[in-house]
Amino acid sequence: MPEPREGLYGVIAEFETPGELVRAAKAAHDAGWRRMDCYTPYPVEEAAEAIGFHTNKVPLLTLVGGIMGLVAMFSLETWVSTLAYPLNIGGRPTYSWPAFIIPTYEWTILFAGLSAAFGMIALNGLPSLYHPLFNAPNFRSGALDDKFFLCLEALDPKFDVAETKAYLESFKPNSVVEVEY
Amino acid sequence: MATNEILTEDPGLDPATGEFRVIAPGFSFKSVTAKIADIVLTPKTSLGWLLFFAIGGAVATLVLVAVTWLFLKGTGIWAISQPVAWGFAIINFVWWIGIGHAGTLISAILLLFKQSWRNSINRFAEAMTIFAVVCAGMFPLIHVGRPWLGYWLFPYPNTMNVWPQFRSPLLWDVFAVSTYATISIVFWYVGMIPDFGTLRDRAHSNFAKYIYGLVALGWRGSVRHWMRYETASLLLAGLATPLVLSVHTVISFDFAVAVLPGWHTTIFPPYFVAGAVYSGFAMVLTLAIPLRKVYHLEGLVTERHIDNMGKVMLATGSIVAYGYGMEVFMSWYSASHWEAFMMWNRMFGPMGWSYWVLIFCNIAFPLTTLWVRKLRTNISFMFLISIIVNIGMWFERFVIVVTSLYRDFLPSSWGTYRATKWDYMTYIGTMGLFTALFLLFVRFLPMIPMNEIKMMLPSAKLTAKAEKAVGAGD
Repeated sequence: MPEPREGLYGVIAEFETPGELVRAAKAAHDAGWRRMDCYTPYPVEEAAEAIGFHTNKVPLLTLVGGIMGLVAMFSLETWVSTLAYPLNIGGRPTYSWPAFIIPTYEWTILFAGLSAAFGMIALNGLPSLYHPLFNAPNFRSGALDDKFFLCLEALDPKFDVAETKAYLESFKPNSVVEVEY
Repeated sequence: MATNEILTEDPGLDPATGEFRVIAPGFSFKSVTAKIADIVLTPKTSLGWLLFFAIGGAVATLVLVAVTWLFLKGTGIWAISQPVAWGFAIINFVWWIGIGHAGTLISAILLLFKQSWRNSINRFAEAMTIFAVVCAGMFPLIHVGRPWLGYWLFPYPNTMNVWPQFRSPLLWDVFAVSTYATISIVFWYVGMIPDFGTLRDRAHSNFAKYIYGLVALGWRGSVRHWMRYETASLLLAGLATPLVLSVHTVISFDFAVAVLPGWHTTIFPPYFVAGAVYSGFAMVLTLAIPLRKVYHLEGLVTERHIDNMGKVMLATGSIVAYGYGMEVFMSWYSASHWEAFMMWNRMFGPMGWSYWVLIFCNIAFPLTTLWVRKLRTNISFMFLISIIVNIGMWFERFVIVVTSLYRDFLPSSWGTYRATKWDYMTYIGTMGLFTALFLLFVRFLPMIPMNEIKMMLPSAKLTAKAEKAVGAGD
């Protein structure tokens, strides 16, 4: 997530098709660029692969959430039924664990699902209503509609305004523009 | 999802399957955005929308009136009494929840099976789920007698020092339905975040930009975000699938755990789940057919969708038919006097008419006609059948609840059941509520997921040339 700062955020190239974007992103990544990102109107797995983004932590968070839900509900039920408020229901044992499975199952899913959704949002650094890319004149009209963007960021050691612009131009994009903070 | 396949383009057929297309040819990224976003972003509200919203809202006020009177007088204003102590409230609860299940099935199970035709219908099917759960959840709440103490259902530390009883299916219901509602809303919202971003960027009015901007959370389409988003969607689908199966299973436990003939059967869980999906698909059709007509979405919700939904109904309807058959068989095979009497009474007793309505609406009519492809792609016929199945599935719950209860073990305690006007008002009112909520959804939220449709377009396929260039870069 970018820290608020002055100056240039990066240089962004707009492509017409996902194929061109993937080609450019792959080439830039191979050339040693790391502070870079692609912006697409729908998920383009190849673009993520091209910039070296292969795995993410959402499944791990989901697993941890699910286990938390499971443990929380099963222990609550056990504690309530055996210690806090034992009830004699048709002479069944107070620790009647088969009956506890269903709420436990539901809470496992509840916690896992909430962890997946909110974990994804948090890992993405959202909500972040401001982002320098929104300053690019063509970004908001195309990024979530029908255009494909490659952004090379100023924080990368390879970055140099003129050189980077020329480099991106070599992929024949629709346009290359500078993005200010 | 589909972007990694290199396929030739043939305008007539879907190259992946050789079948006719899920989306009509000629759509581009831009036209998909325009088509779907402009339904929401247009400043003009059509007269027809206002008319239906007015009708839906007016009918929904019936709920307000009926529930107000209920709160003043108590559940005695309903027809529930001994021996039929469960009436419309539980029937409507099960019916509405069942309708909701198709939404989750379409959004979750079909996603896991990579049935990409679902992409056009999943958003409004999910919306249908949520509004159906809203209507369903109301019934047990108002049925508890003192709804202002409804929070007693949840385990929380309290000054009375009492805790809920975790061995009761009714408490399992609380957890199943509340989890189902929460996960459905989260799944629905997560699915809409990228589309909210598109709406934010397309909106003209500052107010719309502001509101859609807030709910889009600043979505900017970074591929890193997209990958986490895809993982989360897949995981949510994977979690929603066992959840949806468990919800109607738990609801069927409300009945099956009791010792009453007609309820005490092990076939209830699968048969309830299949029935839920059956009625849910019927409701999706009831909603989709007018929507595609009114908003000219025939290119996105094609005959392929209608046909496929007909097939799903045929399959689930057959499971339901098996369930009915097995109930009849078991009442004989169990050699239990009470089971046999219950079934005879259900078919030929004073309320036997309801059983035959159910057989006609769920079995006799749909399961004979849905085999015919011509009829499955006949839009008006499918609309008719969707209404009939919805009626039939309501009667299924009526039959299960009422005909099992009204003549139980002791003839001296036999009675009958006749719903009061308050029962009808509450039930019909929830239909108005559902209609009003659904119309609000259609007007203000993107009813078809734009990003998922774009993924399926031919232009989303990486061309062979680009793919080769990627490979050559290594």
